[in-house]
Amino acid sequence: MFEITPLHYSLLSAALFMIGVIGVLVRRNIIIIFMSIELILNAVNINLVALSSQLQDLSGQVFVVFVIAVAAAEAAVGLGIIIAFYRNKETVNIDEMQIMRW
Amino acid sequence: MVEAFMFYLLATLILGLAVMVITARSAVHSVVFLVVNFLLVAVLYVMLSAEFVAVIQVLVYAGGIVVLYLFVVMLVNLKREPEQYTDPRRLGVLGTVLGGAVLAQLVGIAVYSSIRGSTVVDGAGLGSDTPFAVGNTEQLGWVLYTSYLIPFELASMLLLVAMIGAIVLAKQNL
Amino acid sequence: MVDTVVVPLLKIAVLLNAVLVAVTFLVLMERKVIAWAQSRLGPMRVGPYGILQALADPIKLILKEDITPVKADKFLFTLAPIMSLVPALVVFSVVPFGPDSLYYISDINVGLLFIISVTSIGVYGIILGGWASNSKYPLLASLRASAQLISYEIAVTMTLVSVILTAGTLSLIGIVEAQQESGLWFGFIQPVAFVLVFIGGMAETNRLPFDMPEAETELTGGFHTEYSGMRFSLFFLAEYANIIVISAVVVIIFFGGWLRPFPNVAALSFLDIIPAWTWFIGKIFFFLYIFIWIRATLPRYRYDQLMALGWKVLIPIAIGNLVLTGVAKVVL
Repeated sequence: MFEITPLHYSLLSAALFMIGVIGVLVRRNIIIIFMSIELILNAVNINLVALSSQLQDLSGQVFVVFVIAVAAAEAAVGLGIIIAFYRNKETVNIDEMQIMRW
Repeated sequence: MVEAFMFYLLATLILGLAVMVITARSAVHSVVFLVVNFLLVAVLYVMLSAEFVAVIQVLVYAGGIVVLYLFVVMLVNLKREPEQYTDPRRLGVLGTVLGGAVLAQLVGIAVYSSIRGSTVVDGAGLGSDTPFAVGNTEQLGWVLYTSYLIPFELASMLLLVAMIGAIVLAKQNL
Repeated sequence: MVDTVVVPLLKIAVLLNAVLVAVTFLVLMERKVIAWAQSRLGPMRVGPYGILQALADPIKLILKEDITPVKADKFLFTLAPIMSLVPALVVFSVVPFGPDSLYYISDINVGLLFIISVTSIGVYGIILGGWASNSKYPLLASLRASAQLISYEIAVTMTLVSVILTAGTLSLIGIVEAQQESGLWFGFIQPVAFVLVFIGGMAETNRLPFDMPEAETELTGGFHTEYSGMRFSLFFLAEYANIIVISAVVVIIFFGGWLRPFPNVAALSFLDIIPAWTWFIGKIFFFLYIFIWIRATLPRYRYDQLMALGWKVLIPIAIGNLVLTGVAKVVL
């Protein structure tokens, strides 16, 4: 209990991951959904860094750098799509984003 | 002892802020809680002696990506009221309960496998031949530019393509 | 226990006090220097030659009435000045005032990256300040200010990478020691980088000639229009603390930190009786004076000229400098 093993970090990562997944499932505002996806990616990063520190292997941290780069690219393109959609339909509620042409 | 206290404090704050991110009424509040969440995760990385990843987390994630989210939230929130339309087919409570069930499963798997003991792969990865005692940034730089060079170049191509894509998508008149 | 908890806490207390007092005197110094540049005298009433004006200004701001606009977002309205001030002060925890461990709080080995990343958190104070005011002009001004900040941050970061190449280390003490070894301040090895970081630093702190987002004649005061009293004083403190931070970073990276001029020439070693931290603070004052001098002299950039300068001029020069430094490191 008082010695922090990578198991503790993995449990923290699992909890953060599920909070992100619940955010994606429950919220209607698409920007909040995107932010919950960032929470999911962060949870995975915590897991990778903790295990990299235990196994003394730098591959975990290299993977984290790549995850952060990919998350940046994905956020940019995703928000671009949201802006383009908002310009046409004036909504960010995903329940209203349901017709394929307008 | 100090490390355990810091870990539990940080874990509580991180999870608490994450819950506040997904349950805040106003989207701008969600973004602010997300920023503080990322800063605390960076502190967690420093505790794991991965200081380069911590600084990259603050610089790119908290200082770049979330600023982008804040801009888009402000752009979108300017004109409309908070969401009025509720699809009656939504099952929000069921989603939360199922999420909790999956979390319980994951925790169970983790605790079970740690109690049972597992064969730990003893540093057979690509980055494990450099000693950990030398500065982290220098080692990470070595590994990135020698063993992982091709993914590095591919990531830079990906960022270029994403930049062009974002500009094309968000421009008003092409 | 004592030297891992008590001594750093004492150092933090001393440093925070020193920085905050220095900021109030910097406000006075700016008013005086701009006044002298305009052939007038500046504040002269309070205390001899107006020195106690530095005390009168904070007292006035603290005693003012605390007004919050009616429909403003209360939580963010209070949080924004805090998110602007805290990063400006946190940076001082890695700035070394001298070579000895007494003179710095911590020497992390990613010091320069730490400074860059923490100053990029300071953008949030500006954006949230404009948003929380719930009024048109502050919102537009805050969007402009944040766009300016993140554009010039890119140019400054790329330039600092070329300095890291020259020094070979990210830690600030390592950079100063590299300058001592090479015998020449990096300002002379990399003059282009120095000019770029200085200009980018002026744009990052919203100083003239880049202060379009907060100028009073432009958008009625910018993102801190609706702020008054203590909250405004926090924004104000944050801006001037940022100026001191940029000066300190420029001095450490390009002008030798605490080294005396010509640090390796033994003939000038009589200059060593001046302690190292005095050299450092003297050099910071020199750069603060240049900041104020430029403010008194140059006109303001228009917003599109400002963004064009950042993206189309500074970033290509920064990339060119980086390529040249890389080639020079390999060839020489």
